[in-house]
Amino acid sequence: MGTIFRKELGDHLNSTRFLILFCLVLCVALLTTNTVSLNIREALEEGEKEEFLFLLLFTTSGHFFSLLQFVAFFGPLIGIVMGFDAINRERNEGTLSMLMAQPVYRDAIINGKFLAGLTMIAAVMVTLALLISGLGMIVVGVVPSAGEVARLAIYVLLSTIYIGFWLGLAILLSILFRSVGTSALAAIAFWIVVSFFVSFATKLIADIAAPIDTRADVEQLARHQRVTDYVSHVSPVNLYNDAAAVIMDPFRKTTKTFLMMGPFERISMLRFDSPLNVSQSLLVVAPYLITILALTTICFALSYWIFMRQEVRSL
Amino acid sequence: MSEDGVMETRRLVKRYGFKRAVDRLDLVVRRGEIYGFLGPNGAGKTTTILVLLGLTEPSSGEARVLGFDPTRQPIEVKRRVACLPENVGYYRDLTGRQNLRYVAQLNGLNRAETEKRIEEALATVGLSEDGDRAVGGYSRGMRQRLGVAELLMKRPEAMILDEPTMGLDPKGITEILNLIRSLAKDRGITVLLCSHMLHQVQEVCDRVGIMNQGRLVAQGTIEELSSEGLAAERGQRLSLHEIYMRYFREEE
Repeated sequence: MGTIFRKELGDHLNSTRFLILFCLVLCVALLTTNTVSLNIREALEEGEKEEFLFLLLFTTSGHFFSLLQFVAFFGPLIGIVMGFDAINRERNEGTLSMLMAQPVYRDAIINGKFLAGLTMIAAVMVTLALLISGLGMIVVGVVPSAGEVARLAIYVLLSTIYIGFWLGLAILLSILFRSVGTSALAAIAFWIVVSFFVSFATKLIADIAAPIDTRADVEQLARHQRVTDYVSHVSPVNLYNDAAAVIMDPFRKTTKTFLMMGPFERISMLRFDSPLNVSQSLLVVAPYLITILALTTICFALSYWIFMRQEVRSL
Repeated sequence: MSEDGVMETRRLVKRYGFKRAVDRLDLVVRRGEIYGFLGPNGAGKTTTILVLLGLTEPSSGEARVLGFDPTRQPIEVKRRVACLPENVGYYRDLTGRQNLRYVAQLNGLNRAETEKRIEEALATVGLSEDGDRAVGGYSRGMRQRLGVAELLMKRPEAMILDEPTMGLDPKGITEILNLIRSLAKDRGITVLLCSHMLHQVQEVCDRVGIMNQGRLVAQGTIEELSSEGLAAERGQRLSLHEIYMRYFREEE
């Protein structure tokens, strides 16, 4: 498997795709630091949240995206680009039959490909984080605390798993569809559906399942909100968004909206406006993190299963 | 199973749904021979090859390759038997040498040995000068020769070639066949050669097997096969083409 992994990694690094991706990453890093550095000055003047200034580099959105939003929105594309033609291209070019004739286990092929993609994604995320940190330190002059570095590390891990989900999905589609174009389109269609349509559907379903007659009825509002939460978390994009927001903002203690909190939660929220430490934030997002990890694993496991079972005749 | 059988199947059945792609096949390929594996499209030749390489499981019956059960020990089989699949492809962005190097790594050859073998193999198939060009720019014949170079590099005990001459021009066909013949004779490599080109098979093969609808309808040397039936009684010697057509005419 090591050989296939190394070859795939080499392919990624040598491809034009990677060059484009790298330019994109660079642009994003520059743009975010630029807008953010302007915003942070403003924020500083207002005297807010000075404790976690460093994290603001990643979470503040100016006229443009913040890094968090960017990764949530465009991260899927990175995963898709890395994987949409992983298997079907090799199948169409006959290199898959050539590989199969070699003394390697069949799972080594798919494991190698997935791991190489994941490594690339991790590299991209680490590069992004480091670039923005570095530029931020130079431009704004903020230095991260240990806690902030830990949060950033968790965030990078979370993002890698999240983009890994899209990679797994893309590889799965590349196994299912014979044509490279079809698998790319299918992946992008799925991305659009979960990014945009789920939010519409969420509102619709919540309105039907828990209609709000009077704004005054708190019970009703709460029920509506609960349904909205459940449905919107069908989309990995929303899962990721919520998890990332909590990790990167120590002042967020829950992924719930204010309305959904119990009375005690609300009191503590209002009275103790102090940041959570890293392990507590982690505790809050653990279910989200695990769900995303599970989704990624399911995608990969499904690809693995189908690939291992596919008749070679159709290769 | 017999002593000298390099590749053997016994009552091998492979079903796809209700259709039997391979139906109670008893195939024996002996050590050192070139065995021509013939039959129309869809007769079950490729399926048989897939079973022999352990790439698909037989529905019933058994297969043995060099004493190994390909279903249980596919890696052992593929380490010793080199296969050139139908429509084989190589990575277009890599050069011929890089492709071979990758295959060598997958086979666990050490570096120094690899380079030696690659040069040797490329020289044998006449690709030494083009070895550093990207495969994307190769002609069909060159790609096929690269495939043969890959087989050579692995120094296998046996080779399986599925339509190695498909899409080649007459000169290319002759080159490939001569290569195969000299390999089998000089190095004692057993060859299973699948082809539709009856004329070529007749020139190269020691024995042939003819498959139809999953069954082996004839097996033996061309002399043996031609001595069966009416023509032999009249003292005629049949060409492989005539023998082959005999099996398919009867059916109609």
